[in-house]
Amino acid sequence: MAKTDFEIPVIGDYLQTPDLHPGAMAKSAPFKAAAKHQQALGFPGELVENWEELAVAKLAELLKRYRSLRVYLDACVKCGACTDKCHFFLGTGDPKNMPVARQDLLRCVYRRHFTLAGRLFPRLVGARDLDADLLEEWYRYFHQCSQCRRCSVFCPFGIDTAEISMAAREILDEIGVGEKYCNEIIGKVHTVGNNLGLPAPALANTLEGLEEDVKEDTGVDVRFPLDVQGAEVLLIAPSADFFAEPHVDGLIGYAKVFHQAGISWTLSSYASEAANFALFIGNYAQMRKVALRIRKAAIDLGVRRIIVGECGHAWRVAYSFWNTLAGPFDFLDPRYPIPQHIVEFTYDLIRRGVVKLDKEANDHMKLTFHDSCNVARATRMGDRPGGQFVLPREVIKASCNHFFDMTPESIGEKTFCCGGGGGLLTDELLELRVKGALPRMQALREVHEEHGVTHMAAICAICKSQFSKVLPYYGFPMDTIVSLHQLVSNAIRMGINS
Amino acid sequence: MQVADTPRLYVMSVITVTYALLLYTAMATFVVGVSYRVFMYARAPAPLRIPTMPAPMTRTGVVFRVAREVGLFESLFKSNKWTWIFAVMFHLGLLLEVLRHLRFFIQPIWFWVVLIQPFGVYGGMLMVAGIVGLLGRRLLLARVRYLSDPSDYLMLFLLLGIGLSGFAVRLVDHTDIVSFKAFVLGLLYFHWRPLPVNPLLLTHLTLVSLLLIVFPFSKLLHAPGVFFSPTRNHVDDAREQRHLAPWAAQLERGGSEV
Ligand code: HEM
Ligand code: SF4
Ligand code: SF4
Repeated sequence: MAKTDFEIPVIGDYLQTPDLHPGAMAKSAPFKAAAKHQQALGFPGELVENWEELAVAKLAELLKRYRSLRVYLDACVKCGACTDKCHFFLGTGDPKNMPVARQDLLRCVYRRHFTLAGRLFPRLVGARDLDADLLEEWYRYFHQCSQCRRCSVFCPFGIDTAEISMAAREILDEIGVGEKYCNEIIGKVHTVGNNLGLPAPALANTLEGLEEDVKEDTGVDVRFPLDVQGAEVLLIAPSADFFAEPHVDGLIGYAKVFHQAGISWTLSSYASEAANFALFIGNYAQMRKVALRIRKAAIDLGVRRIIVGECGHAWRVAYSFWNTLAGPFDFLDPRYPIPQHIVEFTYDLIRRGVVKLDKEANDHMKLTFHDSCNVARATRMGDRPGGQFVLPREVIKASCNHFFDMTPESIGEKTFCCGGGGGLLTDELLELRVKGALPRMQALREVHEEHGVTHMAAICAICKSQFSKVLPYYGFPMDTIVSLHQLVSNAIRMGINS
Repeated sequence: MQVADTPRLYVMSVITVTYALLLYTAMATFVVGVSYRVFMYARAPAPLRIPTMPAPMTRTGVVFRVAREVGLFESLFKSNKWTWIFAVMFHLGLLLEVLRHLRFFIQPIWFWVVLIQPFGVYGGMLMVAGIVGLLGRRLLLARVRYLSDPSDYLMLFLLLGIGLSGFAVRLVDHTDIVSFKAFVLGLLYFHWRPLPVNPLLLTHLTLVSLLLIVFPFSKLLHAPGVFFSPTRNHVDDAREQRHLAPWAAQLERGGSEV
């Protein structure tokens, strides 16, 4: 673990609501996008001259486009119910990380320009003009929101700070102040097809290597097909699955499941990415463009089904938005969910006895499960509300003998974000990420002490990367975090019924 | 207008006319203002499905979800029990009082309005106690104090003022209450009657008018807003249904984005 220039939070006996430390995170800001990364997405390369005017005009446009924004900017009663619900507030104590205070950064400008009270009595209702200071606060604090929607669960009006921070980021992009991390990555997807900028030959190479590894391990010829015309299933996985631990173990798990099920599948080198970072910048057109790549790949390859790998926000975009953004997907087989999550797929195969698992294979681990925020609060699995909590747990329990849930206050719809979602998974935000992980680390510590839990499974590439990085800061080994399909991979009985 | 109906009205016409106009203005501002806001909420598209999951998979399910939010403050209950208790006290008290006040607007008085009259006293007390609790929370809890603007305190004081002046009106003569009802019915049927001049009653009326006037320009829009919140009123059906907003459809056709 590297040395840090910030204080690592101490895990207490229980999760405490911190005292207010105004300005505690005032310095935290991600790098700004360079002109070329901005322009690649059609945004101005740098802060435009009449930015105050343009920002307000963009806000006006968004108010016309999004009912959520309009209602949420009006409806907040400042009741404070959300104030202690954000992991970034809990981890930093910075009052501007209270969800309502984050919203207020945008709401004050809304009130100034779009409400009578704010025009006539700005002081009275906390209305402000957008000036350079406020703009900087926007940039900083709207990049301290992982858009996890935990606050929206607890707000009596369902006010979703994620919607507000997406709108704010959209305005920022429009006036030329983008985030480097997100915008550079979106550009790579448009040109290369994945977040990593991994070109097709490199991908083919990696997959070949995996085939050899699995052959060596199991003696079975498990394929990792790429660009196979006429395959039954197109698998859309996060590109992290192609190379990093523990992600790649998950990919091996998917491949073994397909192998056992005897269902032909393929990856696509054109659409080799499940992630859709355009969600994080709130940009419909960009999000659509990324989604259309996948549609095109599916049509070109002539597949019948699309299955999405372990990636939280990707599943949100796929489940909740694909049909609207890039549909209708009427060229796919309607007998299966469109799209389907890999966990839905595996769960079904286990239930039907097609895939058999030896739980003992995972006896060296005691497991818990981290509900990823986007999967938990923005999607479903299976045919019942809440299936997104049940199915992954059922698959885990079928794969291992020792499973223990963390405290109910930190799982299910109340789950805490890992601290790295929403386009914040970048090194310059390390302090924020470490501190934002505190509530999850707290809950993990509890099951560790109570039940001896040694590993935590997740179904999100961002969660896995984030935890690999921050776990050591809290004294847990980096490999505490595992892929869900890594457990399946360990336990799956190969070769018998294929 | 039959202003010169009675000699008594003639004497007090300045106050009567002032209050008649004030109440008309307040009511008109409230109705037009809130309708306009509701119209804007309804007209703004919701281009993407964003229910906070797990969410109901049917329209009926959503109706129940929103009803639970409105009737039970379900999400607030999950969040904070004290705020929930004060909020329920205040809103339930307010609701009881509003219903009880119906007796001034209808003749003959409906059966159930008569029935709830005795609870009305408790309604007022509940409401005031709730406001005091909410005010205490706002003043004492550093987190809530941090996010409060002057208008947030003023709103509570306004409602407190309405509640307290309401109690005070109980001290007013019964004969004045009878003529007050005549005044209200007169307003409704555009057949003006004199308003009894009683400072307590006039204070109460002034504050209520103020509340109605600020309603459409303030956070009180949470009342209509809760019905339009996409995270609460969206059905979980995005895999089955497309939800293309008009501007998004235009974007698909390659037209301008707006
Ligand atoms: C559909 C009807 C309504 C619903 C569902 C509703 C719900 C809520 C909820 C859940 C809160 C947050 C908790 C709290 O701070 O009390 C709240 C706050 C508030 N409501 Fe309502 N409300 C409704 C109608 C009204 C009306 C008609 C008024 C006033 C005329 C009102 C005045 C207030 C005020 C002033 C607050 C802020 C209290 C504070 O400062 O803490 N509400 N409302
Ligand atoms: S819970 Fe909702 S209404 Fe209450 S302060 Fe937070 S955002 Fe505003
Ligand atoms: S969406 Fe998540 S990160 Fe953003 S304010 Fe709400 S709780 Fe915090």
